[in-house]
Amino acid sequence: MSSAHMTMTLDPASAAAARTKAVRSWRWSRALLGLMLPVALALLWEFAVRAGFSNGRLVPPPSVIWNTLVELARSGELWVHVRATVARVAAGFALGVVAGTLFGAISGYSVLSRRLLDPTLQALRAIPSIAWVPLFILWFGIFEQSKITLIAVGVFFPVYLGVMGAIMSVDRKIVEVGRVFRLSGPALVRRILLPAVLPAYIVSLRSGLGLGWMFVVAAELLGASEGLGFLLIDGQQLGKPAQIVAAIVTFAVIGKTTDWIIAAASAPFLRWEDRFSARSEGA
Amino acid sequence: MLTLEHVGKTYPNNVRALENVSLSVMPGEILVIVGGSGCGKSTLLRAVSGLDNPSQGRVQLDGVTITAPHEKIGIVFQEPRLLPWLTVADNVGFGLHHLSASERRQRVAHALERVGLSDKAKVWPRELSGGQAQRVAIARALVPNPEVLLLDEPFSALDAFTRADLQDHLLSLWADLKPTPTLVVVTHDVDEAAVLADRIVVMRPHPGRIYEEIAADLPRPRDRQSAAFDFVKRRVLAALDRSLDRNVSVDDRDTKAETGAAMWW
Repeated sequence: MSSAHMTMTLDPASAAAARTKAVRSWRWSRALLGLMLPVALALLWEFAVRAGFSNGRLVPPPSVIWNTLVELARSGELWVHVRATVARVAAGFALGVVAGTLFGAISGYSVLSRRLLDPTLQALRAIPSIAWVPLFILWFGIFEQSKITLIAVGVFFPVYLGVMGAIMSVDRKIVEVGRVFRLSGPALVRRILLPAVLPAYIVSLRSGLGLGWMFVVAAELLGASEGLGFLLIDGQQLGKPAQIVAAIVTFAVIGKTTDWIIAAASAPFLRWEDRFSARSEGA
Repeated sequence: MLTLEHVGKTYPNNVRALENVSLSVMPGEILVIVGGSGCGKSTLLRAVSGLDNPSQGRVQLDGVTITAPHEKIGIVFQEPRLLPWLTVADNVGFGLHHLSASERRQRVAHALERVGLSDKAKVWPRELSGGQAQRVAIARALVPNPEVLLLDEPFSALDAFTRADLQDHLLSLWADLKPTPTLVVVTHDVDEAAVLADRIVVMRPHPGRIYEEIAADLPRPRDRQSAAFDFVKRRVLAALDRSLDRNVSVDDRDTKAETGAAMWW
């Protein structure tokens, strides 16, 4: 114990390694701690159904859900639905992000544009997006276009607000550093404004993506012949709760994965952040 | 040579921040501007930097009128204003983008060595202490070899020890650079003025204008305890008081000068 302590103080490299190791094992134990409750509940329910306390027809036990998932995957049905849903979210997210970034940048950068655009956009934002569905169906038909439009609308607002707010709150003092070094307009945007708004932009992308997943369910519930939302409706109409839960689980997995992709892809660009949690979470 | 001719600044709300300021600063000279709050000293520095333009008169460097930030004029603000997403080395090299990567690296390494922060090159600004961050800011301003370096209360946010340390450090940088840059320092710290200055300009408020010029031609390095140093300080303090119509004579200042009036607000 004491000799281990000695080497740690003497050799900074091994001390750092030990620290990384400690951080890693702490992360694992924290993940395990978070898993305890859901796993315990699942096991309890599985046991209750097998022991005959419940027939498990309305709330299927984990093994039935798993079998349903495996069956859906093996028949290839699952992939058809996943592909359809992911394609819709991707298209709607892309459109919403492009439009939100563009309008957010314009409103954030120019006071005149903000006074011109922002009141209208804020008024539109106040409309629950689902309320657009009938209109979108009239305009764009019942197929992909109306669904993608709905998702894009959902993604647009958090991105728009995030970009506008981020640009407006860029520190004037830091912009002045750019002026002192005589940066041109485009260089000022690239070397000062973009890096300054990046953290807030990533946050707005992530909340936009969350809304995108929410709206794809709404769009698919309202009429689709494929997609995870269709699996939900199909499971309801045919009385297959396991299929509903299987679709929900798939949503959760894909939603979390796409969010993780954004977070992981942006992490190398945000290492500089002076965050409250930066140290406790480790590198 | 840096010259100010009848420089005045009136803000859009008709507040006259600066009136009829004329000055010339010789190449390599250290000019310190002192004055209470609202005497326009920061406004004056911003006009010289080209960040703001004067409403009247003009600022010239070697006969060229300054209307925008100029490559021969560097500035250090009260806050370090480092870009948090760049490493220390990239911050120092921020103004060298026109150079090749290898030349930039060389200049940055040299500048960091001069401010004694070579080991911090790859560190993020958030990991620096206040004094280290301000040294990086000085390195960033000096690395393009400006003819004139403006410093706007550069050490006022630091503790007394770090402040004295950085004053000495600034002087040694200034002495080592060839050609010697002109320094224009704005401060409200009389000690700082007496340590740094070849010449001290005392300003008075409402509107901001020059009240008195005081030569501080003591030999360097200066002993902060010496009688000559103390004399310069007292002259500055007395001028400051007179500029506010307080009418205190130099001799009456004895007690105050010794009991912590070094920081003059």
